[in-house]
Amino acid sequence: MALLEVKDLKVRVEEREILHGLTLTVNEGEVHAIMGPNGSGKSTLSHVIAGKPGYEVTDGQILFRGEDLLEMDPDERAAKGVFLAFQYPVEIPGVTTMNFLRTALNAQRKARGESELMVPDFLKKVREVSKSLNIPQDMLKRGVNVGFSGGEKKRNEVLQMALFEPSLCILDEMDSGLDIDALRIAADGVNALRSPGRAMVVITHYQRLLNYIVPDVVHVMSRGRVVKSGGKELALELEASGYAQFEDAA
Amino acid sequence: MPAVQETVERVKRIDVDQYRYGFETLIESEKAPKGLSEEIVKYISQKKNEPDWMLQWRLEAYRRWLTMQEPTWARVDYPKIDFQDLYYYAAPKPKKTVSSLDEIDPEILKTYEKLGIPLREVAMLEGVEPKPGEEDPARRKIAVDAVFDSVSVATTFKAELKKAGVIFMPISEAIREHPELVQKYLGSVVPTSDNFYATLNSAVFSDGSFVYVPPGVRCPMELSTYFRINERNTGQFERTLIIADKGSYVSYLEGCTAPQRDENQLHAAVVELVALDDAEIKYSTVQNWYPGNSEGKGGIYNFVTKRGDCRGANSKISWTQVETGSAITWKYPSCILRGDNSRGEFYSIAISNGYQQVDSGTKMIHLGKNTSSRIISKGIAAGKSQNTYRGLVTAHRKATGARNFTACDSLLIGDKCGAHTVPYIEAKNSSATFEHEATTSKISEDVLFYCIQRGLSQEEAVGLVVNGFVKDVLQQLPMEFAVEAQKLISISLEGSVG
Repeated sequence: MALLEVKDLKVRVEEREILHGLTLTVNEGEVHAIMGPNGSGKSTLSHVIAGKPGYEVTDGQILFRGEDLLEMDPDERAAKGVFLAFQYPVEIPGVTTMNFLRTALNAQRKARGESELMVPDFLKKVREVSKSLNIPQDMLKRGVNVGFSGGEKKRNEVLQMALFEPSLCILDEMDSGLDIDALRIAADGVNALRSPGRAMVVITHYQRLLNYIVPDVVHVMSRGRVVKSGGKELALELEASGYAQFEDAA
Repeated sequence: MPAVQETVERVKRIDVDQYRYGFETLIESEKAPKGLSEEIVKYISQKKNEPDWMLQWRLEAYRRWLTMQEPTWARVDYPKIDFQDLYYYAAPKPKKTVSSLDEIDPEILKTYEKLGIPLREVAMLEGVEPKPGEEDPARRKIAVDAVFDSVSVATTFKAELKKAGVIFMPISEAIREHPELVQKYLGSVVPTSDNFYATLNSAVFSDGSFVYVPPGVRCPMELSTYFRINERNTGQFERTLIIADKGSYVSYLEGCTAPQRDENQLHAAVVELVALDDAEIKYSTVQNWYPGNSEGKGGIYNFVTKRGDCRGANSKISWTQVETGSAITWKYPSCILRGDNSRGEFYSIAISNGYQQVDSGTKMIHLGKNTSSRIISKGIAAGKSQNTYRGLVTAHRKATGARNFTACDSLLIGDKCGAHTVPYIEAKNSSATFEHEATTSKISEDVLFYCIQRGLSQEEAVGLVVNGFVKDVLQQLPMEFAVEAQKLISISLEGSVG
């Protein structure tokens, strides 16, 4: 059974159809890249999978391990293992990162019927992961993303990914706002999380990110549909010739 | 079990009902006849075995009250109160002096147990006294005075406090046992003619707490009073008087709850604090009176006058309040900064949901030289509620070097509620420095979705964001109560989104 199956998905936002019948299948252990120009519906797809309000699914299906994802609340989806790394992670003043991580992790564990993680175990885990991501301990004591640099915000997303151990990670424009060094650190963090039991969907404009996170499959999106799929060489082809060739195909 | 852990455990037992204190205790009570007159004032005074000076004081207030009008300037709207349609005195029966907890009606003990308030001293200690010199900070003791309807039913740790020289007792007892202190200070901060509700309180108050901390004494434990309204159609008028003599320190906490009823109930309390030279009083309130149901029916009308007088040089008074209950809140805990170099602080979290109306804030009145004050107010409006911060900062001519910093932040949840900020600032000398900052923001959908995507439910997400918003103020509360307050905030906002 595929981990994620998106079948003929049609989505509207305020009466305007954004996705016109999108189909995508992702298996465990695979890394898929979704590329496409602005407005092709890449971010919409990531939001609908995660369950962000404001989108109306008019047709089609999203199955996660065969279960109907659209029937689940967004927090249920998170507990089932769907993780969205946000393009613009929000700031939450007054809530320390450490507190946020523990509250979220325990909420997910509770939803799965697991016991809460004991504080010492939790701290040990956070220390290990944050060390590998080069996240200083004092950053964890600050408000969630408050005063963080672009790179720190993205590393904080990867930290959460490592901590929550989701089976599906959607990375929405992870490279936006990052310089090359920050990008490398974040990408190394992501690569360390690749595993046979986990799939990733990497959404990006640019081929650049895919030099660091090398995908198994590349999809090109245009005007609300997947118009071409191929291996990692497809990304290089796009980089050379641009998206224009696909505009007509859509 | 350490007190903190106990609070956490207790909080865990909270059921899902929005208002968890809505139960009623079925108990026989003795009430004064309905309505208000000189006869009723005399009846109350007599019930309390008061000396004649106290009765005369009450009567003077009553006569003054007859000439006064209800204030209408607050941003609250409610039907006119019929002051003759209320009971002004109710006491659990049989009324007799109790010398130990075993003599208190078990129903009342059960009530406080349900509220999570340990009246049995042993319960707090788990039977193990720390050896002298081995103070366990996690096992801090808290002395409790419990006021049930109009009378104080129990005060714990009296003996131990007495050893330190601290007087902590129902005010009705203090009037008889320490008349010199009561006569000297009662009405010296909030005079009987102060305002409509304070004057009414002066005429009919039935009980409350009295605290006196002698010079140089640091009160060895937190003092707290739990107020419970139980009777129907009964006004609660408690009076609290706290005096911190030279160089002393005391931290005091009050908690309030009431049963869930369809009709409105009046609560008009007066709290007076006096801090002499170098003394400090920290006063914290967790107010959770019944707020009314989701249609705005019922709930407590809370018209309270709280004022602290920094009478001595270098004295300090700090108010911290967490306001989640009441249908109507009209309350401005204030500081008169009379002594040179005195300091006043006001930290407030006011949460309104449903049809609640809150008009609350503070007054910082700078009279002495080099006085300073600090106001941090966090208003959270949800549902169809209206939440107003109203504050006055004033420096008089001789208050040279007065300083104030004010920050008022409002958070709106949903689009049917309102947040208002009404600051009054007066500086009558040119050396005063006043700073005022105010923000109003809406809880952001993006922030909520971020939290929910990480596995939090909608309500957990709101609770988390709001607790972050009020963090600066929560940190001012004694730790045991901060945990409880945090949980209370989340409960108060249940069902406020979506």
